[in-house]
Amino acid sequence: MAQFSLPQNSKIEVGNYFKDKTSSKNLKKINVYRWDPSTGKNPRVDTFEVDMNNCGPKVLDILFKIKNEIDPSLTFRRSCAHGVCGSCAMNIDGVNGLACIKSHSDINGDLNIYPLPHLKVVKDLIGDLTTLYKQYESIQPWLKVDQTGLEKTELKQSQKDREKLDGYYECILCACCSTSCPSYWWNGDKYLGPAVLLQAYRWINDSRDGDKKERLKKVADELKLYRCHTIMNCTNSCPKGLNPAKAIGSIKKMLATS
Amino acid sequence: MSAYKIIDHEYDVVVLGAGGSGLRAAVGLSESGLKTACISKVFPTRSHTSAAQGGISAALGNMGEDDWRWHMYDTVKGSDWLGDQDAIEYLCKEAPRAVVELERYGVPFSRTDDGKIYQRPFGGMTKNYRNGTAQRTCAAADRTGHAILHTLYGQALKQNTEFFIEYFALDLIMKNGECKGVIAWNLTDGTIHRFRSHITIIATGGYGKVYYSATSAHTCTGDGNAMVLRAGLPLQDMEFVQFHPTGIYGVGCLITEGVRGEGGFLVNGKGERFMERYAPNAKDLASRDVVSRSMEMEINEGRGAGKNKDHINLHLDHIDKKVIDERLPGISEAAKTFANVDVSKEPIPVVPTVHYNMGGIPTNYKAEVLTLNGSEKTVPGLMAIGEAACVSVHGANRLGSNSLIDLVVFGRAAAKRAAEIVKPGSSHEEVSSTETDKCLQRFDKIRNSDGSTKTSELRLQMQKTMQSKCAVFRTEKTLKEGVEKIREPYEGMSDISVKDKSLLFNTDLVETLEFDNLISQALTTMDSAYNRKESRGAHAREDYTKRDDKNFMKHTLAWQNGKKVEIKYRDVHSRTLTNDVQYFPPKERVY
Repeated sequence: MAQFSLPQNSKIEVGNYFKDKTSSKNLKKINVYRWDPSTGKNPRVDTFEVDMNNCGPKVLDILFKIKNEIDPSLTFRRSCAHGVCGSCAMNIDGVNGLACIKSHSDINGDLNIYPLPHLKVVKDLIGDLTTLYKQYESIQPWLKVDQTGLEKTELKQSQKDREKLDGYYECILCACCSTSCPSYWWNGDKYLGPAVLLQAYRWINDSRDGDKKERLKKVADELKLYRCHTIMNCTNSCPKGLNPAKAIGSIKKMLATS
Repeated sequence: MSAYKIIDHEYDVVVLGAGGSGLRAAVGLSESGLKTACISKVFPTRSHTSAAQGGISAALGNMGEDDWRWHMYDTVKGSDWLGDQDAIEYLCKEAPRAVVELERYGVPFSRTDDGKIYQRPFGGMTKNYRNGTAQRTCAAADRTGHAILHTLYGQALKQNTEFFIEYFALDLIMKNGECKGVIAWNLTDGTIHRFRSHITIIATGGYGKVYYSATSAHTCTGDGNAMVLRAGLPLQDMEFVQFHPTGIYGVGCLITEGVRGEGGFLVNGKGERFMERYAPNAKDLASRDVVSRSMEMEINEGRGAGKNKDHINLHLDHIDKKVIDERLPGISEAAKTFANVDVSKEPIPVVPTVHYNMGGIPTNYKAEVLTLNGSEKTVPGLMAIGEAACVSVHGANRLGSNSLIDLVVFGRAAAKRAAEIVKPGSSHEEVSSTETDKCLQRFDKIRNSDGSTKTSELRLQMQKTMQSKCAVFRTEKTLKEGVEKIREPYEGMSDISVKDKSLLFNTDLVETLEFDNLISQALTTMDSAYNRKESRGAHAREDYTKRDDKNFMKHTLAWQNGKKVEIKYRDVHSRTLTNDVQYFPPKERVY
């Protein structure tokens, strides 16, 4: 039988232990994935004892506390801190989510923080999303209408047609869904994945768009679309409560009935 | 500085920043055939435009009669007459076209019964020169900024704009007072890039993070503003910092003014709708500076809500659930996540929170950067747009929903102007390496800082000083103390420590460079505030309670050199752009 093992340089080692210096009685152990390619060393998991009596309510607050008070070299993306920009997507206690809106009180015991799964890691908690962004570009996320002569008037859209975009236009491209999808882990270079297919559906479904047929044709591909096996991890992990699986299902249905 | 490998690029135009204004400019530039690079420290859709909720103003008249002149009057009044009326005319006149353009780009606006763009009431927006409330703010539910930002990114992809993503811009390349390009650091591989360009457009946003409590993203560090200061150019009207009335208490998360537009109202600890006392006509929809001051006064006079009487309650529990679900779904979610409040049952606890910088890089209405050299002069090769710029259309106080329209109108204006000035593909002048050396020396020095003070400590000291000495209400005493105290974290830079010395995604170094950028803006903000001895818009002095048009109907210009800030003034433009509208002379400002 074939033997599978990780290459030597990707084995995760036990990292540094940062003991609490505040003598707090309310400590939480935070285990964080660390990797700095410039050192040539293997990835490791560092453990930080964090004083929870002086910490904000969200997982991102813990990361700020570590970066500001314990180890300024800890590297992660963050921006709005209000759950709208999608920067701080990571794997928190085994589930993908946004660190800025995830309450740490929801998690009992030690807290494990890793980068989004199955992305090439750039450094620490930062994953490389280049492929996903390219795939996003490939679905041509812009409205296609005949522009001539009508530039000065708005296109009309009924409230009913506008409602069809609800649940799709809100996507913040955080990639929590795609990087939780086993199919995407396996075929991420060819399968578009839930985030991008949800975006594709957003444009297919826009009553103002004149390119619906072409858009459908473009995604109707064994690898691009049909690698979705309705595992539903995407929908479970979406921090905005959206349903990428439903979007994919709707595309499949449109193709089946057209 | 040969230790750093430099990669050279040549572009007709370089845009710094990929928020609403940067992307709109990039779209226009690419469309006109100019070779355009757009550099951003975050992926475009992570920009802070995504956090804008309520809407974008334009006198479309979809929900009742409207006129861009009424919009202009409201904006002039909102600015407390510090706005330049030529620029305001341009903004309001161009606004409807800019919104229709966004709609045709694909922005999923909410709709009226007859399928037109939905418009909601917003603070300070009135009909027929303050005779009734106008519905002028075009909305995509309460996610308008998000919808616009994603749509503009799509348009930029369509136009094949070249993006340099997760590049941190370091400095402008200046030669004899002209801008010749910019130097940036690629975070993802640690290389240094030198972009030569005929025009550099700064669209780097505001600098809300000089304050402790702000709705601003952590990335709002005004990097472009600081680059302008380092280039020996001034920033304008920095003392005007907008406090948004409704940031979630203790968190700072924004709750849109659209809540009040849809019928929500503020209540103090005694259950009174106190805005009726301060603004009998507009009430909860008075301009933001007015509402924020009223809330502070209620709290200061012991009528706050909660155990410590230190906040105000925002009620929307009386609004029909259908309206909330349709038009305010995002804030219901935010209230739940950050205040554990079910908006259909309980009020949201709110306090005035730093939200927007009216000040920034002085420009004319064509987005060309201005300086003062005897008289008003443009800086060749340099433009600024969006929150980074001070056109000035917002003057001393911006009206809600006027910032999104500012982004697209002046983003477009910058692209148009650049296309007039630059011939696509024209050759670039040689620039000596002195500027590059100077930039990299600073970079290298900060990177190798081996002091004992953490960046986070100095940043906190700066933020707390700004929060306590330069807040909603200001006095000679607090500002004088502020002017001194804000120099402590500045001087602290000499003992700063950067632990991570690597070049690849070194966020320890990024945060230190950002702190260096922030602190110079904190200095200019504090000194500009200290020197303006009057009350106007967001700058409320308890010792000079009246507006003083005789002495202060002028823009502050602040140059920074080390810890020294030099203040000068330039006149507010007391003229309109065309004869389509007459100049609105100053009046007392009541709501």
